[in-house]
Amino acid sequence: MKNIRNFCIIAHIDHGKSTLADRLLEMTNTISQRDMQAQVLDDMDLEREKGITIKSHAIQINHTHKGEKFVLNLIDTPGHVDFSYEVSRALAACEGALLLVDATQGIQAQTISNLYLAIGNDLEIIPVINKIDMDGAMVDEVKDQIIELIGCKPEDILLASARTGVGVPEILEAIVERIPAPEGNPDAPLQALIFDSVFNSFRGIIVYYRILNGSIKKGDIVQFVSTGQSYGADEVGILKLTLDPKPEVRTGDVGYIITGIKNAKEVKVGDTITLASNPHPEMVQGFEEVKPMVFAGIFPVNTDDFEELRDCMDKLQLNDASLTYELETSQALGFGFRCGFLGMLHMEIIQERLEREFNQTVITTVPNVSFVAYTSKGEEIIVNNPAEMPDPTRIDRIEEPYIRAQIITKPEYIGNIMTLCLGKRGILINQSYLTTTRVELVFEMPLTEIVFDFYDKLKSQTRGYASFDYHPIDRRDSDIAKMDILLNGDKVDALSALIHRSRANDFGRKLCEKLKELLPRQQFQIAIQAAIGAKVIARETISALRKDVTAKCYGGDISRKRKLLEKQKEGKKRMRQIGNVEVPQEAFLAVLKLDD
Amino acid sequence: MAGIYLHIPFCRQACHYCNFHFSTSLNRKNDFISALLKEMEVRRDYLGGETVETVYFGGGTPSLLETEELQVLLHSLRAFFTIAPGAEITLEANPDDIDIDITAASRLRAWREAGINRLSIGVQSFFEEDLRWMNRAHDARQAIACIRMAQEEGFDNMSIDLIYGGPTLPDSHWRENVERAIGMGIPHLSCYALTVEPKTALDTMIRRHQKADIRPEDQARQFLLLMDWAATAGYEHYEISNFSLPGHRSRHNSAYWQGKNYLGLGPSAHSYNGVSREWNVANNARYIEAPGLVVEKEVLTPVQQLNEYIMISMRTMEGIDLGVLAERFGAGQASVLRERAEKYVRAGKLKLAGERLQLTKEGKLLADGIAADLFF
Repeated sequence: MKNIRNFCIIAHIDHGKSTLADRLLEMTNTISQRDMQAQVLDDMDLEREKGITIKSHAIQINHTHKGEKFVLNLIDTPGHVDFSYEVSRALAACEGALLLVDATQGIQAQTISNLYLAIGNDLEIIPVINKIDMDGAMVDEVKDQIIELIGCKPEDILLASARTGVGVPEILEAIVERIPAPEGNPDAPLQALIFDSVFNSFRGIIVYYRILNGSIKKGDIVQFVSTGQSYGADEVGILKLTLDPKPEVRTGDVGYIITGIKNAKEVKVGDTITLASNPHPEMVQGFEEVKPMVFAGIFPVNTDDFEELRDCMDKLQLNDASLTYELETSQALGFGFRCGFLGMLHMEIIQERLEREFNQTVITTVPNVSFVAYTSKGEEIIVNNPAEMPDPTRIDRIEEPYIRAQIITKPEYIGNIMTLCLGKRGILINQSYLTTTRVELVFEMPLTEIVFDFYDKLKSQTRGYASFDYHPIDRRDSDIAKMDILLNGDKVDALSALIHRSRANDFGRKLCEKLKELLPRQQFQIAIQAAIGAKVIARETISALRKDVTAKCYGGDISRKRKLLEKQKEGKKRMRQIGNVEVPQEAFLAVLKLDD
Repeated sequence: MAGIYLHIPFCRQACHYCNFHFSTSLNRKNDFISALLKEMEVRRDYLGGETVETVYFGGGTPSLLETEELQVLLHSLRAFFTIAPGAEITLEANPDDIDIDITAASRLRAWREAGINRLSIGVQSFFEEDLRWMNRAHDARQAIACIRMAQEEGFDNMSIDLIYGGPTLPDSHWRENVERAIGMGIPHLSCYALTVEPKTALDTMIRRHQKADIRPEDQARQFLLLMDWAATAGYEHYEISNFSLPGHRSRHNSAYWQGKNYLGLGPSAHSYNGVSREWNVANNARYIEAPGLVVEKEVLTPVQQLNEYIMISMRTMEGIDLGVLAERFGAGQASVLRERAEKYVRAGKLKLAGERLQLTKEGKLLADGIAADLFF
């Protein structure tokens, strides 16, 4: 056990985490040059493309230091705010962390929040400044930022270029020498922390864990504490580039277990594995049920494809337990699913995975957060869907979720960020200069305000020089209203939105304008209205199509004309009928395009 | 009973709105005539010996052919096909080719003698600013003069083209154009809403804001006005863009709308034999190299045939004959169609006259969308 080191890398997107991981694997000969594919750990296509890690991974590195053999377990963590709970569990499985900071960029908001999580978990922090060979590297300034943040000595900070390999041997040395070996009692009953799981279509769910006490053997009957379920350990082992089966995985080590579980829902990140016959009396601390934060409807483009979509959602959930969904029926879109996501990125990922891995084109409806409505009779109703909002006359009050948002930026953008966040009903809680050129702003804000166009606006208002992180804090009373969109008087349920009353007029007007652009002219006039209850707050009119007839239809025109009209007919088939109005699919995505 | 169309792919000058196949270089006119004669021979059996009731020289600008060339073409047609004694033989002519020089009268006479018995003249407008805007080769004076000359030479069976709905044509001018045509006793009018076809000069100029865009509401209004004026003057509105005094319909074009067989000769020309449609290459050089080389052929499925029947017959005064439709495509289809048409009947866009579904005046403005919606 004294020769095991468990560590992770804390870094902002693009600061070089995956490249550093690749170099560590290469220099220790964990993988041959031949198997080397840039960013080995990111094995989902989507991850490689977005340059981020969506799911955590782990890999064992064998390293000889001063003649002694060491096992280094690198636990890779997801790099996005939506997945902060998964990050916290990965951190809990480590004794140390590399704090990797891009010399040209400096520390970013998310790095800080993950760093605090790591410090909170008593991890040994090894600061590394990466990309020191790049033009624009500000090594001294970044050093100051790091010292300011973690109070280390300047000589504790390592300098490296993961790209070229400079400084990587020193990093390996620091991992061995500075990070403490795991502690734990090999003779105690099994206590292992689940920090991730993946779905394998041949083997079912593969669970990744870190053993805190005891050991796990092939053939053991294990129990997952939070669910109370027991399973046989069909296979246990350690994580190399591929699974490496072992008869036993011991205290302090990181490993996997295969039990034949088919559904990711049964495996909860943060849960404790113990032995059914000899359970450990304590669960590993910090377990939480992951709750979805953002909800939206997902519908098949063709109503006929619902069963196929259901199939795909089932499969997708097998390897992404954080995705929740239930059946939803829309008058406009037919059968579909109300889905819960960890955040907007998660929603985007699910949509893209449906398209790429399952070949499903879907319509996603207006996203919303989870509100709680209290009726005058004292009932508490959770509202994840505009349709669930009780009639205003029955409502006593509504609560909406708030977040603590942390933004790090250059001082010249403070004004823009203040304007943006106050406009989003934010409350400034703190402002502090990390260095003379970096300032941290902390706001409390309604989560619903960041669901729509916050990221894009933040980016454009700061020319990309702002990093953002958030955590849910509480729920607060709020004046939330359900806004409906009507086409010639008929409600389009798929376009209803739950929105703060102060934003409704502006939002309604923009949405009506966008719909006017997206709806084709028809043979009659179309009134587009936004309304709260019976009160219309915005209106646009599409005048009737005045003329739609070809001038010439002679011998040489007939084929072309027929094909044109056949195509038109096909297009119409894909439209949805709302009352007498035909609505193309793009229109249902209007809300997501409001600020285009 | 069948028709033959001959496409003459040359023009002296390109009209800005035109998207038909033509070349403004006359260098290869001789080669083209030879190729056309060759194609007649190659495809002499296409109509299966059916009597040819109509011949139509279209283009392009067939009137720029020398009279001798026209004579040769007509002569060969008679050699390869059975042309009915009373066949309608139409020549599309531009005013500048009729009112050409002192030979004008003798040219017209020669056309008549060669067998041309109907002229379709591309007048478009009697207003100078319109003609210039369209980049026509003739002027307003020629527009009037050519009609008089043709009438004097005995071409009573005559049609003129008029274009409306452009930005240079106020309603008052449109009225004058139509009144003049009617006043001159022209028995057939083809009136086209100016259409901006993709990749034409007009399209480019509008996109570059060098010309004002067309306004659908102006076109709709001028179309409605036209329908009133033509009806008052006793013209039948027998197809969306075609008006005639009784007995003066274009027999050739009516044959297209009745689904009759036709053979198209020349580059880009389409042929149809009731089951399949095929068309020639739309390129003069390639056509001359291999006359009669069909570039594409489609065999129409029963549904496509049905859709074409709906699309075309709906544009005619007689409308969709549900009885005929039931006979050709089945009673089930006919009743489905009748049901689908119901909402348009209620909206006043279609009317049911006996077994015939006909467009109302309002419906004529929206014929395409309605047809697409009624498609199977």
